[in-house]
Formats: sequence, C-alpha cells, structure tokens
Amino acid sequence: MLDFSILINNLDTYLEGFKNTVLASIIALIGSFIIGVIVAVMRISPIKPLNWIGSAYVEFIRNIPLLIIAFFFYIGLPAIGVTLSGFVAGTIALAIYTASFIAEAIRAGIQSVPKGQMEAARSSGLTYLQAMRIIILPQAIKIVIPPIGNQFINLVKNSAILGMIAGLDLMYFGDLVSSHTLVTFDVYIFVAMFYLVLTIPLSLGVGYLEKRLARSH
Amino acid sequence: MFKSKTSKIAGILLLSASMLLSACGKGGEKETAGTAKNALEQIKAKDKIVIGVKYDTRLFGLKNPSTGKVEGFDIDISGELAKDILGDEKKVEFKEVTSKTRIPMLNNGDIDAIVATMTISEERKKEVDFSDVYFDAGQSLLVKKGSPIKGLEDLKKGTKVLAVKGSTSAINIREKAPDSTVLEFENYTEAFTALKSGQGDALTTDDSILYGMADQDSNYELVGGTFTEEPYGIAVKKGNKELVDAINSALKKMKDNGKYDEIHKKWIKSH
Repeated sequence: MLDFSILINNLDTYLEGFKNTVLASIIALIGSFIIGVIVAVMRISPIKPLNWIGSAYVEFIRNIPLLIIAFFFYIGLPAIGVTLSGFVAGTIALAIYTASFIAEAIRAGIQSVPKGQMEAARSSGLTYLQAMRIIILPQAIKIVIPPIGNQFINLVKNSAILGMIAGLDLMYFGDLVSSHTLVTFDVYIFVAMFYLVLTIPLSLGVGYLEKRLARSH
Repeated sequence: MFKSKTSKIAGILLLSASMLLSACGKGGEKETAGTAKNALEQIKAKDKIVIGVKYDTRLFGLKNPSTGKVEGFDIDISGELAKDILGDEKKVEFKEVTSKTRIPMLNNGDIDAIVATMTISEERKKEVDFSDVYFDAGQSLLVKKGSPIKGLEDLKKGTKVLAVKGSTSAINIREKAPDSTVLEFENYTEAFTALKSGQGDALTTDDSILYGMADQDSNYELVGGTFTEEPYGIAVKKGNKELVDAINSALKKMKDNGKYDEIHKKWIKSH
C-alpha cells in the first residue's frame, strides 16, 4: 500500500509547503474578495467608463489560464524592473484571477436584489455609494455566499500553480520530494491529502452556510 | 434502491477503494508480466526501440522548431544504438522526457531506455539499471556576463541559485553551497527564462547543458570550472541485463570504429 515512511521522513518539507499554501490562500482570498467587490460595483455602475473597465477585467482575466497570469507576474514584470518572488507573484496572480469570478458572482447577486430597493434608498436621500453599502450589498451577500464559497475552494486548489514558479508551496515541495526520492504515486497522494485537509472543511463550511441561508429566506 | 443516501455514500466509498486497490495491484502485475519476455526481446519483437530524450537541451536533445525533429548528441547516439541492435538507425522512436518524468516513464513502459543527459548515481542505481558511461560532464555555474559570481565560493547567503527539479545538480548544489537559496524549475527552458528575468543569480547543471545555453545567448557565460564529475549513462528498467549488455556492446563498437568521436566532435565544439 502507501509508503508512509516517505511522509514521515519528509514531514518538515510537506509542512513547509502546506504552511505557504495556507498563507497564499488566505492572502489571495482576502485580496480577491476586495478586488471582486470593487470590480462588481464598477460593472453595474451607471458611469460608463467604469462599466467598461469592469467588464474588460472580468472577460479578459476569466478567460485566460491562471498559469499565464502567474508567469506574467513572475517572468514578465522583471522586464520593467519589478522582480517578485515566486510566492508573491503567484499569490497576486491567484487573487487577480479569482477576483474575476468573485466579481461575477457578486454582480449577479446585486442584480438579483429587487430594483425597488435602490429606488427607495436613493429617494430617502442616500448617495449611490451609500445605498450600495448600507442597503444593496448586505442583501446581495446572502445570495452570493454559496458561489463565492465555491470559488474559494477553487482558489485553494488553484494555488498549486505556485509550484510552477518556485512559489515554495505544497505542490512545489511535493515535486521536490518526488524528484529526490524518485517516487511519484505515494508522494502526490500525500500532497493530495494535505489539500483535502484544507478543501474538505471549506466544502463542509460552504454547505453549512448554504443550509443556514436557505432557512433564513 | 440506489437513491437512498447511505447507498450513494457506500457506492462512492466502494468506487474509491477499488480505484486505490487497483492502482496498488497494478504495480505487482506489471512486474510479473515483465519477466515473461525481457526488454531486449520485446524491442526486437516490435522492431523498434523507444528512447526518452530531452527536447529542450541544446547540443544534446533539442526539438528544431522549423523541422519539428529533435536533434543532438543523445539523438545521434540513440540512432547508433538502434543501428546496432535492430540493424537500422531509423528504427528508433523518440519521446520527450524531463529530469522529472524520465524514470516514471521508463518504469511505466512508455520508453525502453533513457538517453537524456542522465548522470549515473548510487541513488538512481536503486531505481534503474545503467549502461557504461557514454559522456563525461561536470557540474558548473552559468551567470550573466559581468556578474560578481566567479565560482562556488561566491554563492553565499542570499544568493539565489536556479536548478531543475529532479536533477543531481539540484541535490549537489545544496551540499556544495549550503548557505545559498536553491529554487527548482520544471525544465532547463524555464530555469533559463527565470535566470534571464533576474529571478536568480546563477543557474547550475552539467557544463554540457550550460554550454548549450551560452551558445544560445551570448550575455551568459560559465564560471568557476566544473566542481563535480557527472558521468552520463543510458538507463533501462531494472532487471534487464540483456538490454544493458546489448547497449554496452553497441557503445563499445561506436568507440572502436570512430563513430563516437564523430558524433562528439559534431556537437561538443567547446572542449
């Protein structure tokens, strides 16, 4: 069966990678949410240029491979004098990529809030931004949490691209352990198990949230 | 019957368990099937030899983008092997390998032999069988011209050295320059790209491979000479003595009749 001595002998290495994957995931998670909200609001803004920028962002970023975005930050940026480490470049790429999906989920959520809400908010004297912040977004959040939860699970899995740009994450160290022990199957099963330690609780959490939100409707 | 929740869960568990078990069982099956007909006999039976070579290593195994064919020292040596074993140097099929994939592909049966700038080491001898040495290389460093790094001694704390995942160079450099930071990449192209974009201060691997890179971009040069001995060998799946013997016999023939020197001169001009 599985050779657990490989896991035990290389535990430090696996854990170092796991730690960086968790770190990259959390940072990218927060970053992608912030960018996502901004882009979503831009996409539905009545100001046409903002609208256009938001749509361009989503359509372009969503439709190119994450790896290309990662290479852009790791290999491309140095050409203009900005050299980022694999970890930083990968985390930024992850945040920007995931943000495009989150922006879409939020946009769909905002647009599913009845139009009357915005009209009522504006006629009671709130500015567009205040109305968004106080009335619309809180309602939209309920609807968007399940799709965003799923995007976060995807984010954790996508963080594996850090392995391709020496990002010192779980996948990178998995590759190193595999190439130094000359074993493939067992090494990557252990890598998968570490990813599951992150994705299974997230998945259960999303499922729990979905049930709770369904009830409050 | 299958709609109940417990049945669904049981079904998924059963499927996962059987997949895991079949993967474990597969390893055992392949071993017994292999001993029935040894590798050399299988090669003669299918009348071609499948060889794993590099596609990204100038001078040894590089795919020419205009012709689509792979060329290099290892390719020519492989052709001579096919000529000796099967009678025709064209009876060889090439498959791309990287330092990371070559042993898995050999053990999988995807390739019959590895002729891909592979250093013979005690570690690797546990996993594969090697032929006699067919090329003497040595590990060295590639830096941008004008770099303050002139040799191993200059690889200090904070210096970033780039290497390829799965290469002996990566393991060696950690021993020889323990204070430096070593970053590993998928293949030489990516490692060189990273070096060129400033993501590292030096690239380390066999001098033979570095000469190919310096050949490609004159802004880069080798420094410090060689600090290890890297004897290249041809690897075959463990337990296939007949194939190893056939390859060794072919190598000796090449060296005796001058064909080896001809191939060496053709590709390795810098020595």
